[in-house]
Amino acid sequence: MAQFSLFDYQPVVWSVSDLNRHIRVLLESEPEIQDLWVAGEVSNLSRPASGHLYFTLKDPRASLRCVMWRSDVARQRHIPAEGQAVEVHGRIGLYEAGGLYQLYADLIRPAGEGALYQAFVRLKARLEAEGLFEAERKRPLPAWPRRIGVVTSPTGAALQDVLNVLRRRFPLAEVILAPTPVQGEEAPAGIVAALETLNRQVRPDLILLVRGGGSIEDLWAFNDERVARAVAASQAPVVTGVGHEVDFTIADFAADVRAPTPSAAAELATPDVATITASLRQLRSRLARALGEQVLDRRMALEGVVASLRVASPRARISDGRQRLDALTRRAAASVKHGLALRREALNRLTQTLQAVGPPAVLARGYALVTRQADGTLVRSVAQVSTGDRIRVRLHDGSFGAQVKPPADDG
Amino acid sequence: MVKKKPPEELSYEEAFQELEALVARLESGELPLEEALGLFERGQALAARCNQLLEEAELKLKQLTIETDEGEHAA
Repeated sequence: MAQFSLFDYQPVVWSVSDLNRHIRVLLESEPEIQDLWVAGEVSNLSRPASGHLYFTLKDPRASLRCVMWRSDVARQRHIPAEGQAVEVHGRIGLYEAGGLYQLYADLIRPAGEGALYQAFVRLKARLEAEGLFEAERKRPLPAWPRRIGVVTSPTGAALQDVLNVLRRRFPLAEVILAPTPVQGEEAPAGIVAALETLNRQVRPDLILLVRGGGSIEDLWAFNDERVARAVAASQAPVVTGVGHEVDFTIADFAADVRAPTPSAAAELATPDVATITASLRQLRSRLARALGEQVLDRRMALEGVVASLRVASPRARISDGRQRLDALTRRAAASVKHGLALRREALNRLTQTLQAVGPPAVLARGYALVTRQADGTLVRSVAQVSTGDRIRVRLHDGSFGAQVKPPADDG
Repeated sequence: MVKKKPPEELSYEEAFQELEALVARLESGELPLEEALGLFERGQALAARCNQLLEEAELKLKQLTIETDEGEHAA
């Protein structure tokens, strides 16, 4: 072991700041006092304009300075009064400027709640170990709960909240109320009986187990083991909505679905009628469109067939024939007309020829017709006349009489 | 085909589910026209039934009498 003389020994001299910081670090590295509950009586309570809460916790032999910051104060359900016995949760730290160790509180509750809480934690652990809260036990909620059992007080606000939500969201449902007290000594047995009666007599599609907000004692029936077991044993899925957002009860853990409030339970349990109406509207238009397409498909197919039919129709051949007949008729008529013209032409020609060879034309060329004056016979030969016969000579422009002389007198 | 219940005897859920299946069938096409028309008519009736149920829907409320084990009546 080394020996130090007074003069050899160089003591470490701390500054106050360093020391306080060191002690703060020591305190803060001690897990046991960084997350703890302390019971005591409130004194020297003050809440200055800053909004922070300062008080001292006392028991008969000692006291502890406490501070709660404004943000934590705002979250408290319970603000203690001077002299009240409370339990305070928080962490131990050091206020370096004052060299003051204190409890930095974040939760204050009246004394006695702690015992209830312990019971809650023990029961929860036991039922959890039993498997009562297993995820596999949770049943899905029906999409269309037509019969909804409601277990609650018939006079509570929770029932009205639930009914209001159901009326708005899902008025197609039928609600069967199983009335029961939801606080007080009778409540657990009442809730159990209500759940059992509903399941036995009504067989609802689901059950809402609800209660409005209250103190932890008010909600205590929902931490009753019998209630938890009845919830887990329910044939119909159970949705719990007990108290406020922050309240968790054993019944919540045993339920198939836990909702933060009664209204939220009703919302979670039902489809929204607005969604239903929208999907119905969508289906209707799909229905109309589907039929429209069926008809359209067929119309197009029909038009195709009609077009082919038109091509194959005998009507085409009929009109062809008619056309050919027309043409023939026209040709026949033309040919008849032509024949007539030819004949007319031939006739004309004949007529002209006739005229050319007829007596007047011959006479015009200088020939003469000679007839016997006595009997008017045409003289074709010299043998028909004798000297001295009176004859008539006809030229093209007139006639004159003459007398036959002997042939020797010519010239 | 199985004889279908008249729409007015169907619950909303039944009518809606049948309508959904029917529309899907109709949309798949390939149906004889007569059948498609039949489906369409049935679909119209189902949709009308759903609408009617939605419009007439009024939350029904019934209250049970609870017998507890001790023979007391709650509420």
